[in-house]
Amino acid sequence: MITGFLIFWPLLAAFLLLLFKGETVKKAALAFSLIELGVTLAAWFQYNHNPKSDNLNLYFPWIQSLNISFDVNMDGISTLLVFLTSLLVPFIILSSFSKSYKNPQAFYMLILLMQMALVGVFVAMDGFLFYIFWELALLPIYFICLLWGGEGRAKITFKFFIYTLFGSLFMLAALIFLYLHTPGQHSFDIKALTAAGAALPAKAQAVFFWCMFLAFAIKMPVFPFHTWQPDTYVNAPTQGTMLLSGIMLKMGTYGLLRWMLPVVPQALHDWGYVAILLSVISVIYGSMVAIDQKDFKRLIAYSSIAHVGLIAAGIIAFNVQGVQGGIVQMISHGINVVGLFFICDIIASRTGTTEISKLGGIRNVAPVFALLSLIVVLGSVALPLTNGFVGEFLLINGIFQAHAAFAVFAGLTIILGAVYMLRSYQKVMLGEVNSLTQNFTDLTMNEKAVLVPIVLLIIFFGVYPKPLLDLAANDVANLVLKYNIGLIK
Amino acid sequence: MRELIHQAFQLKELLLLTGLGLIALLAEIFNFRKLLFPIILLGLAGVIATCVLDWKSPDGDRFFFSNMLNVNHYALGFTIVIALVSIFWFLMSEKYFTDETNLTDHFALVLFALVGAFLMVSYSNLVMLFLGIETLSIPLYVLVGSKKNDLASNESAFKYFLMGAFASGFLLFGITLIYGVSGSFDLVQIAAYVSKNPGAIPPLFYAGGLLMLVGMSFKVSAAPFHFWAPDVYQGAPTVITAFMATVVKTAAFGAFFRLFWVAFNQAGAEWSHIMWVMAAATLLIGNITAVFQRSVKRMLAYSSIAHAGFMFIAILAMSKTSGSAILYYACAYSLSSLTAFLVLYLLMQNRAGDDSIDSFNGLVKKNPLLAGSMTIALLSLSGIPPLAGFFAKYFIFVSAINQGFYWLVGIAILGSLIGVYYYFKIIIAMFFRSDSDNGPVTIPSDQKALLFVLSLLILILGLLPGVIINLL
Repeated sequence: MITGFLIFWPLLAAFLLLLFKGETVKKAALAFSLIELGVTLAAWFQYNHNPKSDNLNLYFPWIQSLNISFDVNMDGISTLLVFLTSLLVPFIILSSFSKSYKNPQAFYMLILLMQMALVGVFVAMDGFLFYIFWELALLPIYFICLLWGGEGRAKITFKFFIYTLFGSLFMLAALIFLYLHTPGQHSFDIKALTAAGAALPAKAQAVFFWCMFLAFAIKMPVFPFHTWQPDTYVNAPTQGTMLLSGIMLKMGTYGLLRWMLPVVPQALHDWGYVAILLSVISVIYGSMVAIDQKDFKRLIAYSSIAHVGLIAAGIIAFNVQGVQGGIVQMISHGINVVGLFFICDIIASRTGTTEISKLGGIRNVAPVFALLSLIVVLGSVALPLTNGFVGEFLLINGIFQAHAAFAVFAGLTIILGAVYMLRSYQKVMLGEVNSLTQNFTDLTMNEKAVLVPIVLLIIFFGVYPKPLLDLAANDVANLVLKYNIGLIK
Repeated sequence: MRELIHQAFQLKELLLLTGLGLIALLAEIFNFRKLLFPIILLGLAGVIATCVLDWKSPDGDRFFFSNMLNVNHYALGFTIVIALVSIFWFLMSEKYFTDETNLTDHFALVLFALVGAFLMVSYSNLVMLFLGIETLSIPLYVLVGSKKNDLASNESAFKYFLMGAFASGFLLFGITLIYGVSGSFDLVQIAAYVSKNPGAIPPLFYAGGLLMLVGMSFKVSAAPFHFWAPDVYQGAPTVITAFMATVVKTAAFGAFFRLFWVAFNQAGAEWSHIMWVMAAATLLIGNITAVFQRSVKRMLAYSSIAHAGFMFIAILAMSKTSGSAILYYACAYSLSSLTAFLVLYLLMQNRAGDDSIDSFNGLVKKNPLLAGSMTIALLSLSGIPPLAGFFAKYFIFVSAINQGFYWLVGIAILGSLIGVYYYFKIIIAMFFRSDSDNGPVTIPSDQKALLFVLSLLILILGLLPGVIINLL
């Protein structure tokens, strides 16, 4: 029941927004998303209390003759990702309070519709339903980017749309292929699909593996499917970028974990190394390109490629540490990247630019902003006692178990990350003020309402990551140990 | 004779459609033209109602007129779709009948075309197939040329007639060869002949089958026999184009599929390679050429060729679910396409007949309903869930993957992506580009309601695909 509410409440809320006008639309959207957050926390408690509770699943047949059903369930992994979604959406909405977008009703409606689709992706236990939500998530973000984006957005968002759809269609074909290999009347149920996948011959598993990987790799994005990402991130309105980087890319890493790796163990064994290699290349590539960026927003976009590459590599290694680290890092990266893009947005709205060389000395005029930014930046470079550290440590540990060389190269992310993040922080915040930054005002109440909780979360989960680790621990252990298919020799 | 009349009264669908056509002819003489429109709508609703009443499960053959027609569930399902889409089409084109032409015989022509469509989806004898196709085509030749003062309309009518006659010739030639070998026009008998003589079927039979394939491909505008379609679609009056792209296409695919499903099912392997290439070519040519069109009408013509490619896959990947897959596709495509044509038609009325993509610029600000419906229609045509077009493609993919046509699925995916490219050009124009030089867009309120209903249907059909897919 709770799960059903979590999916349909944002949908209902999106239409309820039609009742509001002007400035109240924002507040209503925020209130609705806070209700969603509250219910998500309730689901979390419910899960801790009784993971098998009927409250957490909802099932009814949809297209009976094809055995397609509306089957949603929250296990530990799903709960965490739904938590990430419900946690970030209020921040994303709040971060837009100082802006006035034209046609706010449509803007916030699309955000809430997006939230519905995202929650659906994370809780669907039917392959077909998963695909539907997966595609549904694409439409709102496309229109958000198209209608409220920056210069040249038509072309850029279009590329993004076609690119992602390209991957998705291969995923659809792969899922149908698997569906047709389930026994009897065929079924899209995840258990049936997993059983069918494991029984496939190695070659067929490999085809399935790469079709699915294509879809997920484009979504994350992993090198060499990343070319849509930097332009889209830079051109989207800040809230769109936050949705894309904070939550939507986790669809890809989640898909790896739930719908790909456990399904085709033989292919993971045969081809996992290539997939990890691509992910590790993303880490290095993303970091190197980030170092060279002149624009702060673009720098964050590339750093996101590096981070998500590390998450993907850890998950594909498919051992307890790697997967656990991947899940924790999905949450941490979501929180950090939303913080970073918000910082970027504040700078852009005050000075009109995000070009690193034009900025400087902001700390002298806005010390609170500089301090909070520092913590976010440190979280993102994975300093111990910040949330980034927990995830990256586990991830590198997991990757090391797959192959030491991968871990060495993946570990470079920490050093390279420190290089580009701290250097850009130094150039933007420290030094002497210039004509652009001398009138930089410190944070307003609204902005503090976003940044302070983010900073607190960064520190909280850095010092005490136990709730995150515990929540998914059982499922991860089940997933990894049951199949015993990690890349460990 | 008495038996014949008795059977004619048993087959109420045909009786109703023919009766409507005759009434339309009489309307001018007895001067009740104003009443004609509601009569036709009621009559078509009656056709749907009789189809529903005749729907007796389980599915069984219902032969009429000494096995000439077989009105089973397949035929009834297609008839319902055809009648439903026709109702929407009539509602959309009222203006065409009142303002653009003043002759009630245009009503009669459309209705007789529908009689042909009915015969095409329920035939059980190749003679009936030919008769159905001709009954459908001849009124269309006239309708395409019904803008008498327009050169393009005349040209397209002439082209359509020439090509159509040519295709009919192929079809007839094929039918003759098949008859020569198997000794029967009857689909069931032909199938029996094929299964009785495995490995001993003379090449003449396959030659006949190929000629029929060519003839049918002309009618459904599958490559490489599609060249008439863009010119005819563009030259014809917009509502007639809409009729051809929806109702006619549905009927043609209903006939096409029935031919290969009932008669050639066992003999299929021999020409599956040819059909494979044709399906791939149709998908690619239709989609790629559509990208370069500036005229939306012409783009929709190429898009209709591309969608023919998808339905072609279902005929190639023959399995027991293909029938429902093709019915669903025809329905989803017809509704989406009709919506797109309706929007285009309404917009062209406001833009003095301009149908370029630029005329869609900034439409969302000028008329959100028009832009919204167009978006839903185009998203459905691109196959984005949860709209009807997505499930249509999904069912095609399932039957293709089931039969192992993996590369064809790859080509279909590529085709869909190219499809997204040109459909989204219109969406981007509506939402993104601004329009300064054109005036406001106003549409009559009955058309508003129609747009709303059509969009809703596309969504409902997408959320509850079981409604149609469980039929057959």
